[in-house]
Amino acid sequence: MKGLISSAFVIILVSGLLLFTNYQLEHKAGRAGKDTITVYNWGEYIDPDLLKQFEEEEGIKVIYETFDSNEGMMGKIEQGGTAYDVTVPSEYAVQMMEEKDLLLPLDFSKIPNIKHIDPYFMNLPFDPDNQYSIPYFWGTVGIAYNASLLEGQTFESWESLWDASLRQRLILVDSAREVIGVSLNSLGYSLNSTSLQELKEATDKLETMGPNVKAVIGDEVTQLMVNNEASVALTWSGQAADMIYENDDIDYIVPKEGSNLWFDNIVIPRTSTNVEGAYKFINFMLDPEVAAQNADYVGYSTPNSSALSFMDEETTGDERFYPDEEARKNLEVYENLGLETLGVYNELFLKFKMGLR
Amino acid sequence: MRNKNPLRFIYATPYAAWLLLFVLAPIVVIVYYSFFDLSGQLTLANYRNFFTSIYFKLTMSSFWYAFLITFFALLISYPTAYFLTKTKHKQLWLLLIIIPSWINLLLKTYAFIGLMGKYGPINAFLEAVGIGGQQILFTDFSFVFVSVYIFIPFMILPIFNSLDKINPTLLDASKDLGANAWVTFKRVIWPMTTDGVKSGIQVVFIPALSLFMITRLIAGNKVITLGTAIEQQFLVTQNWGMGSTIAVFLIIFMFLIMVLTSGKKGGIIK
Repeated sequence: MKGLISSAFVIILVSGLLLFTNYQLEHKAGRAGKDTITVYNWGEYIDPDLLKQFEEEEGIKVIYETFDSNEGMMGKIEQGGTAYDVTVPSEYAVQMMEEKDLLLPLDFSKIPNIKHIDPYFMNLPFDPDNQYSIPYFWGTVGIAYNASLLEGQTFESWESLWDASLRQRLILVDSAREVIGVSLNSLGYSLNSTSLQELKEATDKLETMGPNVKAVIGDEVTQLMVNNEASVALTWSGQAADMIYENDDIDYIVPKEGSNLWFDNIVIPRTSTNVEGAYKFINFMLDPEVAAQNADYVGYSTPNSSALSFMDEETTGDERFYPDEEARKNLEVYENLGLETLGVYNELFLKFKMGLR
Repeated sequence: MRNKNPLRFIYATPYAAWLLLFVLAPIVVIVYYSFFDLSGQLTLANYRNFFTSIYFKLTMSSFWYAFLITFFALLISYPTAYFLTKTKHKQLWLLLIIIPSWINLLLKTYAFIGLMGKYGPINAFLEAVGIGGQQILFTDFSFVFVSVYIFIPFMILPIFNSLDKINPTLLDASKDLGANAWVTFKRVIWPMTTDGVKSGIQVVFIPALSLFMITRLIAGNKVITLGTAIEQQFLVTQNWGMGSTIAVFLIIFMFLIMVLTSGKKGGIIK
């Protein structure tokens, strides 16, 4: 008994000591001080060197945390108890956060660099007049394929994914709207369709794709494609860029029937405790040279038109990742369909996955 | 309450508090949420929805895979546990089997992606012995295989303990009274280890019903379990009501399994 009490005492003492040292260290590093901001971003979605540069230039420490889904991020902000100053939701999530009153309206006078953003990417339906959000990166949904593993199949049309030669070779992304979207696109319907008739038609058609599907997975697909384990994958443009970067045989195409155009956007959530710091950070990230460096690192497409001149011609002229306005006409931005319809999409998708063999 | 020792209540307090806060309260919250729809209206629709074909099929397939996993885990674990009790340094051998279960589950799962891949060692071996490369990853087989691998230590432990407790003189007695090896196993060893087998089945079958990361990483979402469905309802669809309803059914199923596998049979003298 005596031994037990004394060991409990030692544990408490050691914990207290560690806590104190930690506090001291954080204090020294300025982390607990006033001039800190907490940035909450997707994984691998910023060049870490830029965070250092920002800390040096502005004297504001950055605490950087990451998330892997819009829903997870929103949940954490909604529950409170966090002090995120900047976060990066996708377009439909901006709309949802706005509806739930989780965002602070932006004051453009504090973000002079906003002038560098291509007007094409401003004032979009999900956030009219950019009241709450500024585009950070954008991209498309398309098909990544490895020609060296295929027998000359091409993917100009979504229909090609139904081709019998792809039996057990196609990898789909585990996301209801993207996969059902393939079918909707191939039938010529809107990606934002809420008509049950159209959705039923689309999933009926999708079910006939079943024998071609090898797996429905998440980010693991990058590694499978890079290692030549898989030959065709439905994926996002940035992910395809990562694959191409590591494996030259891979190519990316957005089929001609059209596809999804998506945006991730910088916002200031209501939880922010250092709004001034958040503005400084946003303005810093919109600086053309910074944005160019960031886009080079991340691999997605930047909406910052002044940044393009600081980047490789080879990248910015690449129609696959920077489609011109003509090509963008076929692309559609997701709208927030409401939880009810989202539930319908997910249930149909669940049914599709359960039918896979 | 014959024993009115006030200390008893003090000793019981941590347990009671634990039970209340971490067992009862969460279940009450889950049941409570299961009666609300997306717009926060009180409803029974979630329960009606659960009995539609899609969730019913999901439940059936979850049970089927959990059954397969438990069956194969038992098939491998029982002889292994028996063998272990006969070895010289049995605690050491047991430890070697237990050690892998200390490694993070996700890490092991990712390792299997590499092992079972097209260019992984398993396919290289099949290629070398002339069988030729196979698609192993993203099949029913890989899912059951990896799950069995993960659950085996949890099955071996209780069986090993019950086998180890058998008094060897009982076996001698059985032999002296003319029983052959098979009859000894059937009439003496097996009845004395059923409790271990039952708790082994419990600790494998119940978590197997709600496995979820492995379904995506190893089975490529071609196998969907109740666990996956719950995760999706909460994180993607954000329909907490429906997610809770599935969770309520999962709790009911687990409870039924506990009852079915814990019925003590009489006649075994310890």
